[in-house]
Amino acid sequence: MTDPRLRAQDLTLAYDKRVVAEKLDVGIADGSFTVIVGPNACGKSTLLKALARVLKPQAGAVWLDGQAIASYPSKQVAKQLGMLPQSPIVPGGIVVEELVARGRFAHQRLLRQWSPEDEDAVTEAMRLTEVSDLADRFVDELSGGQRQRVWLAMALAQQTPILLLDEPTTFLDLSHQFEVLDLCAELHEQGRTIVAVLHDLNHACRYATELIVMKAGEVVAQGPPAEVMTAQRVEDVFAMPCRVIDDPETGTPMVVPADRHRRRGVRTPEAARA
Amino acid sequence: MRTVIRGAGLSVRVYPRALLVSVLLLLAALAVALVNLTTGDFPVPVADVLRSLAGRGDAGTDFIVYELRLPRVLVTLLVGAALGASGAVFQSLTRNPLGSPDFIGLTTGAAAGALIVMLIAGGGGVQVGAGAIVGCVVTAVAVYLLAFRRGVQPFRLVLMGIGVSALLEALNSYLIYRARLNEAIAAQVWLIGSVNGRGWTEVVIVAVTVVLLLPTVIYFGRNLKLLALGDEMAVLQGVPVERSRAILALAAVGLSAGATAAAGPIAFVALAAPPLAARLSRSPDAGILPAAMMGAALLSAGDWAAQNALPGNDIPVGVITAALGGVYLTWLLFRERGARR
Repeated sequence: MTDPRLRAQDLTLAYDKRVVAEKLDVGIADGSFTVIVGPNACGKSTLLKALARVLKPQAGAVWLDGQAIASYPSKQVAKQLGMLPQSPIVPGGIVVEELVARGRFAHQRLLRQWSPEDEDAVTEAMRLTEVSDLADRFVDELSGGQRQRVWLAMALAQQTPILLLDEPTTFLDLSHQFEVLDLCAELHEQGRTIVAVLHDLNHACRYATELIVMKAGEVVAQGPPAEVMTAQRVEDVFAMPCRVIDDPETGTPMVVPADRHRRRGVRTPEAARA
Repeated sequence: MRTVIRGAGLSVRVYPRALLVSVLLLLAALAVALVNLTTGDFPVPVADVLRSLAGRGDAGTDFIVYELRLPRVLVTLLVGAALGASGAVFQSLTRNPLGSPDFIGLTTGAAAGALIVMLIAGGGGVQVGAGAIVGCVVTAVAVYLLAFRRGVQPFRLVLMGIGVSALLEALNSYLIYRARLNEAIAAQVWLIGSVNGRGWTEVVIVAVTVVLLLPTVIYFGRNLKLLALGDEMAVLQGVPVERSRAILALAAVGLSAGATAAAGPIAFVALAAPPLAARLSRSPDAGILPAAMMGAALLSAGDWAAQNALPGNDIPVGVITAALGGVYLTWLLFRERGARR
C-alpha cells in the first residue's frame, strides 16, 4: 500500500516544555472525510496544527506527498493544504469580501494579483458558505456564527485538495452546524480530503468515513465509525458510560450517554472497570 | 470600492479610492512644497520659482531656489514619506497604533548614535547622519533579539521597544549633561528634529533610502496584509512569516534611520500619517503608499507652519509636529475611551 499524501511520523508535539504528544504516527487516508475526536486537551487541535505546519514538531515530521512539509516553500503547501483555525484574529475595519479575497494569496503573483480564477473562487466560496449577502459588511461587526462562516469561506477560496477544519461548528446554531457539515460532505464527494476536529460524537459518526480517536496525546483507534465507535471505547476514552445504538436516520453509530444515576461513582475508566 | 486592471499578462486589483487619496496627497504635498520655495527672507514670486526650476531663471533666483530652499523642501518631502511608510509597516507588524518608530525605541536609538558622534567623537554633518543610522539599526536589532522567543510576539516587541527607549533616553540625557554648553545646545537643537539649513548631502541620504526601500515595503505589502491576520493565518496562506517580517522590519528601520539621519528625530509623523491616510482611503490598513504621501504632505505643511507661525522666526519643524502629534494622540486616546464604553 502506498503512503497517504498527508501523514505524521514519530511526532513529538509540545508547547514550550509541556509535551502534548509523543511518538505519534497518523496517516490521513486520501479522499477520506476524517474526523478526529477525543476529550478536551487530548491533543486533537495540536495534531491538526502540526499537520497544517503552523506548529513545528519538536521531533518527527509531517510528510506531504513523500516530502517533509517543512521543506516546501510555504506558498506551495498553501496550494495543497488549507485550514480553518479555531480562533483567528479578527482584524478591524476589513469587509467580508476583502478578507475572503486574501485567501487567494498563494495563487497570486506580483503582476497577476487578481485573475478571473481568483474572482470566481471568492464568489463561489462566499456562495457556498452563504455569506454573499454580507460581502460589504465589516468582519468585526458580525456575529460569531457569521464570522465562522466567513473564515470558512476564506479557507474555501484557497481551493486546496486537502482541507483541515478545527471545530468548524463552534459558534453555530443547529441548522448552521449541519449546513457546514453538509458542505464538508459535498466537498468530500467532489474529491477533497477533509480532516475535521469535532466534539459531537454523533456528528462525527454521521459524516466521517474515518474516525481518529485520541486520548492523552495518543491515537487509540482509527477506522470507519461503525468499527471504532463502541460503548466500551467511549467509556474508556471519555469516562462516560453510554449505549451506542444505530442512528434512526442514517444507521451510523449514535452515542446515548447513560442516565445520571447510573453514571454516579464511575467517573474514571479505572473506576468503571473496577 | 475596488477595480481590476487586466491586460497583457497583467492583472492587478486596485483600490481607486486609495490611489486617488495618494495622488491628491502627493499634489497637496507638492503644492505646499512650491509655496515653501517662494517664502523665506527673500520672497520669490511663484512664476520666478517655476522659471528657475525649469532651468531658465536668473542667477540670484537660482541661488535662492537651488542652494537655499530646494534641498530643504526635498528633505521635507522625502523624510515625511519615509516616516509615513515606516510607521505604516511597524503599526501593521505590531498590530498596534502605538507601534510606530517613535515609540519602539528606533528614533531614540538613532538619536543616541547621533549624540555619540556629536558629543564624544566630535563629528558633524555626514558623520552625525551615519551615527544616527548605526544607532537606529543597532537598537532595532537589540529590540528584536530581546523580544525574540521562538518568533516575535508583536506586543512583546512594543513593550521591549518602550523599555529600550527609556534606557536610551537616559543615555541621551547623560550625554547632553556631560557636554560643554555650546555643544549641548547644538545637540539639543538636533534632537528637536528640523529641516532648517539642510543641504544636498541630506537630500542624497534620505533619497537613497526612499528610492531603495519604499518599493521594497510596497512589494511586500501583500504579505503585510496577511501578517495582520496573525502568524498562524499567514503561514496557512503561504506567507514565509519570519522572512517577510524580517525584510519588512529591516526596510522600515532603514527608512526611519535615513529620515532621522537627514532631519533628526522628527516626532509623530510616523505615528499619525498611517491612520490618517487609512481614514481618508477608508481602508482597514493604511496602504503604504497613501501613508507615505500623507507623511510627505504633513511634514511639508508642518514646515510651512514652522516658517510662518512666528513672524521672522524659523522654528524647527519638530516643534510643530510634536505639538500637532500631542493633539492627535490625545484625540486617539479619547476616542479609544469612547469606543470602550
